[in-house]
Amino acid sequence: MTSQTDVAIVGVGLHPFGRFPGVSGIDMGAIAIRRALADAGVAWRDIQFAFGGSYEVDNPDAVVALLGLTGIPFTDVYNGCATAASALTLAANTIRLGDHDLGIAVGMDKHIPGAFSADPRLYACPSWYGEVGQFVTTKFFGMKINKYMHDYGISHATLAKVAAKNYRNGVLNPNAFRRKPLSEEEILGSPMLNYPLTQYMFCSPDEGAAAVVLCRAEHAHRYTDSPIYLRATTVRTRRLGAFEVHSPWLPLEETVGPTVDASRAAFETAGIGPEDVDVIQLQDTDAGAEVIHLAENGFCADGDQEALVADGALEIGGSLPVNTDGGLIANGEPIGASGLRQVHEVVLQLRGRAGERQVPGAPKVGYTQLYGAPGTAGVSILSV
Amino acid sequence: MTRVPVAEGIFTGLADDPELIGSRCTDCGIVTFPAQDSCPRCASTAMAEHRLARRGRLWAWTVQDFPPPSPPYTGPSGRDFVPFGVGYVELADEVKVESRLTVADPDALHIGMEMELVLVPFRTNDDGDEVVTFAFRPVNGEDDTA
Repeated sequence: MTSQTDVAIVGVGLHPFGRFPGVSGIDMGAIAIRRALADAGVAWRDIQFAFGGSYEVDNPDAVVALLGLTGIPFTDVYNGCATAASALTLAANTIRLGDHDLGIAVGMDKHIPGAFSADPRLYACPSWYGEVGQFVTTKFFGMKINKYMHDYGISHATLAKVAAKNYRNGVLNPNAFRRKPLSEEEILGSPMLNYPLTQYMFCSPDEGAAAVVLCRAEHAHRYTDSPIYLRATTVRTRRLGAFEVHSPWLPLEETVGPTVDASRAAFETAGIGPEDVDVIQLQDTDAGAEVIHLAENGFCADGDQEALVADGALEIGGSLPVNTDGGLIANGEPIGASGLRQVHEVVLQLRGRAGERQVPGAPKVGYTQLYGAPGTAGVSILSV
Repeated sequence: MTRVPVAEGIFTGLADDPELIGSRCTDCGIVTFPAQDSCPRCASTAMAEHRLARRGRLWAWTVQDFPPPSPPYTGPSGRDFVPFGVGYVELADEVKVESRLTVADPDALHIGMEMELVLVPFRTNDDGDEVVTFAFRPVNGEDDTA
């Protein structure tokens, strides 16, 4: 497959993540789009197509009522926690196919507080699985990191350090939900939800929106002096034998998860490797997920995280800066918007405009990864 | 009090030694739990009922320390909620089954420990029946007072 340097990002916009009583998901989507349009220096009437991602908003395309009824093809997308990656992939492919030259990917959501829930039958699980209390996403994340700690010698302190780092980065991010630093002691001492994960090691569902304006790469300089090129976007689902959320059983055979598959495919498409990446956004549904995903995306070997975290490698000034805007732990997870929030942060970092949280040394390559139920992952690689 | 299963077709043995009811693909041999009509490995529809082994080893575990969202959860909640262990038990040559565990104390659970199937009270239904579900408990007299 050829490198996908044919699509550029020329504008990004964000509605802050958090809790906004009285502001609808659609309202937030419109605000994110207006900010992305302003960033790209284009008008809504210039946009030729759109993909909109959401879990709670049935029809993200209804946002046109707030922006202008221009008649463009506007396709709504829902793909679990990889919704935003799917919207981005489809938008990029629309340009690659030659259908259009300038479009937008937007994600928006407004969740009620508390753990996500649903009818298990919608996930091809039996009803009793939910009735007895096993249809719980956080329980899967507890089991996965607990096993990982056993297999690779990761400590409870490392989980607390990762969460504390993300809260600390959130303090530097005016768009974040959680902007209060929390100590490792406070994180370890908060109520246990699913051993070994405590309350403050988890992200929360919340509200927010993000939008990205994309164009054919050769047109990028019409809109901006600092285009960011989309080198690869991939989405993968679980294969038989992967250890996945909402699984009443697993086969004896074992294989890697969809994140590994999506990551390998993205690196192959981009023609670069993990060693070339300067700034990283990973799905930190919980602190353990960030630890595991660091290895699943090829940035270290299993078990190396213990020393990397102790040495501060994942900090903004470290050798592997991860979740520089605070990640999901500080921003929360409006599902449809979360992955585009990651892209927004990487674009700011690669432009050198991330303010107090800017990664030093003029980063040139950025990476984003999403993972969620029922075993779906999305990865994107961006570069200057 | 009458004992009734939480669902039909997932285990036997309300009166004696329980067994989980899975399925086995007669084409490729994979074992699933619960039983399903088609094979997730080879897409065959030739699935046969398969009773699972009653003992296995703990492969992964956590503790459910908060009441799961309801619906779909129908068990005790609020002040009546009691944390419970959850894990995958690997049944040799068959399948890994996700199950409630009779132990919820992290110090009493470890990967690789031998576990056996039991039925445990889950809730009382509107008819006053005792609804039971399946769980795995440690073998060899390990404490299950959690």
